[in-house]
Amino acid sequence: MGILDFFRSRPKNTASVAKERLRIIVAQERAQQGRPDYLPLLRREILEVIRKYVNVDPDAIDIHVEKDGDSEVLELSVALPEQRTAGTEKAGEAATPSEA
Amino acid sequence: MENEQHDPSRVETPPLPVPDASFPSPGRTTLTEIIVVTSGKGGVGKTTTSASLAVGLARRGKKVAVIDFDVGLRNLDLIMGCERRVVYDFVNVIHEECTLKQALIKDKRYDSLYVLAASQTRDKDALSKEGVEKVLKELTDEGFDYVICDSPAGIEKGASLAMYFADRAVVVVNPEVSSVRDSDRILGLLSSKTRRAELGNGPVEQHLLLTRYNPDRVAVGDMMGVDDVKEILGIEVIGVIPESPGVLSASNAGVPVILDDTSPAGQAYEDAVARLAGETRPMRFLDAQKKGFLARLFGS
Repeated sequence: MGILDFFRSRPKNTASVAKERLRIIVAQERAQQGRPDYLPLLRREILEVIRKYVNVDPDAIDIHVEKDGDSEVLELSVALPEQRTAGTEKAGEAATPSEA
Repeated sequence: MENEQHDPSRVETPPLPVPDASFPSPGRTTLTEIIVVTSGKGGVGKTTTSASLAVGLARRGKKVAVIDFDVGLRNLDLIMGCERRVVYDFVNVIHEECTLKQALIKDKRYDSLYVLAASQTRDKDALSKEGVEKVLKELTDEGFDYVICDSPAGIEKGASLAMYFADRAVVVVNPEVSSVRDSDRILGLLSSKTRRAELGNGPVEQHLLLTRYNPDRVAVGDMMGVDDVKEILGIEVIGVIPESPGVLSASNAGVPVILDDTSPAGQAYEDAVARLAGETRPMRFLDAQKKGFLARLFGS
């Protein structure tokens, strides 16, 4: 550190930036850890089937697996385009017994 | 100026602990504890840590085996300084090409310390779960107090086998984004892909060990501090090893850095071993060196 640095103001702390970025990515990755591996493929295939009948947006399908006591619930929601005034509609909901 | 501090007020060496009745905790004196040293990311100091923990525990009179799981890229032998005495290796034992006794290399410094080298010639598929289990069982039967498993980087076969049978895990992490993220991934695997997790025998006890810690950079906000890393990963910290020239000198010489009592890194490893053994010790080397006004003005 020289005489110039001594008077120059420091840029924003990089450590706090690192911590904030990590906090977000770690939380995101932990949330994904318990999820079954087949979800992305399942989502894509369901999207293909639906698109045979309705032209939905690729982002219109939302899949979640939730733990409900001993059983796991696979929740699938599809947002259908226009026509209907309500954008989102539950297209299907299936409960499966615990796979673990 | 590097982080090595020779100010006598900072480098007070703790008196070498005499093995006492409280260690290991009563009731588990006859058990073998399997400790994996892992990280996900490469180059963070797993082998340096494995070597120092093994030496530290042996120095306390414990019977210790340290195993290199990095098949194809062995290095523990170099860090331990026994590379010229490797005749048989871990894979030879698993494939029954020699006995375990033939493959264990006795340390020249401590009678109760043994090294099991990785194979340099085979590929990583040479390890099998059954083979590893057989070796660990034999070490248990031989009355070893500790088996340290030095994991390779990554999350492939060698790394997953190194952690599979563990009772405890030391996750080595640098205060740096990619290392912290990889450590979190490893923590997830430790709580799902281990024998303890599969059999429901309680969790693998997890500890964080920070290495290459630079208190000066933490002080000015250029490096995440120990509390930041602890907060993100959510597990307890068993040691903080300051960045120190002693680490390179030690690996150059093939003498685990814990044996360098003058190096802050060596002292910090000794503290970590004490904590691993259940002692309480304050963290040292966390504070930046105080620089005088003139030193700051004219650089150092």
